[in-house]
Amino acid sequence: MFARTAWAVFRKDVLIELRSRETIVTTLFFALSAVLVFAFAFVRDGRAVADVAAAILWIAIAFSGTLALGRVFERERHDDAMRALLMAPAPRAAVYVGKLAGIVVLLAAAEALLVPLVALLFDAEVLFGRPWLLTAVLAAGTIGFAAVGTLFAAMLVRARSRDVLLPVLLYPITIPVIIAGVRATAALARPVPDEPVAVFWLMLLVCFDAVFLVLALWTFEPLMAD
Amino acid sequence: MTADFDSVSAVNVSRVFGRRRVLAEVSFTCRRGDVLGLLGPNGAGKSTLLAVLATLLTPSSGQIRYGARTAGDPAVRGRIGWLGHDLQLYPELTGRENLRFFARLYGVPRVEQAVNSALVRARLEHAADDPVASYSRGMRQRLALERALLHAPRLLLLDEPFTGLDGRSVRELVDRLRAIGQDGAIVIMATHDLDTAEAVLTRALVLRAGRIAAEAAGGGWLDACRDALTHSS
Repeated sequence: MFARTAWAVFRKDVLIELRSRETIVTTLFFALSAVLVFAFAFVRDGRAVADVAAAILWIAIAFSGTLALGRVFERERHDDAMRALLMAPAPRAAVYVGKLAGIVVLLAAAEALLVPLVALLFDAEVLFGRPWLLTAVLAAGTIGFAAVGTLFAAMLVRARSRDVLLPVLLYPITIPVIIAGVRATAALARPVPDEPVAVFWLMLLVCFDAVFLVLALWTFEPLMAD
Repeated sequence: MTADFDSVSAVNVSRVFGRRRVLAEVSFTCRRGDVLGLLGPNGAGKSTLLAVLATLLTPSSGQIRYGARTAGDPAVRGRIGWLGHDLQLYPELTGRENLRFFARLYGVPRVEQAVNSALVRARLEHAADDPVASYSRGMRQRLALERALLHAPRLLLLDEPFTGLDGRSVRELVDRLRAIGQDGAIVIMATHDLDTAEAVLTRALVLRAGRIAAEAAGGGWLDACRDALTHSS
């Protein structure tokens, strides 16, 4: 029942997004604009400042992710559909998992465009030298960021100033994700990729994911019941 | 997994928001076939009581019993239907997609068959594949009612169901609710519309400042409620 509910919520979100394209378009537009603006600032004579590619990639992910997270429960707010979701005969955490899966897929789509663009603009083609490790770092970082963000977005669904409160709550908690993501990606972007350092930061991301996923699954139901 | 029940009881249910007591020691029992009206002025606690009955709010004290079960059992939610003033539909999806989504969410067997039957009952076969955003208020209300009934709930909760409906839609809703009650479901609705509700309610509770001010059933309940409402305003 848990998996079926999570899958139903995920499918519904993907279907609505494919039809409206409103979140993916704004997220991509914002992420691409940020990368292009940074490219003008940090690339001189075709050479980028050292390690800047990793920082800009994660800034773009975090900012565009915040934009997407602000919309994640917007469809449930409209017409009060959240009540109908919460009344499904499954643990309410299943709704959280379905929503989280939707936001992770959306951010993954944004990253599929962002990573080649950042590699191209910031002279970091070496990033593709360890594709599986890079994918693991991006996946772990995205899941950690989205796990915290989806929980906060759900908590704020009835708050009037939710658009302001979401980043205020989200960034302090997800700073470790951003730092670990930047350090791991920077290690992979060096002329000679530093694999052990990247793996160390990846492990830290995995630990963060485990802690916050457990916390979110544990607290979602009581938070939503009141 | 079903969690069938023949009665719903509120036992000394209170609910506090901050320092404000919205429900105070509310107790009542409904049995199969009851169509109970929650009446009272704005702020009397009707919607809060519905939310507590729907398991969406936990009581600050007291409890709701669904037969032998309590609200903590997720399977109980599979036997509760909810129709609020907001209709809980996704305007980007078609009527069919909305019903299909909720059927999957509630674990309804033979989804397509259930969806098609619901569309026929809602008289929306012709608009089944149109986005809900293009529906009139009456069409959305009919779809939302069938959405709430897809999983054959034992307890149906309605919050101001007649608001915004034209005369024909009101008559159809009254007929449908009467039939649902006769089929053995428990229907509890919050309403201000006494004249319309008269045709469908079998019992009524008048709430005032979170307390039960009057309870009426059988012949003459409407006059008893009118008296209580007059004295409460």
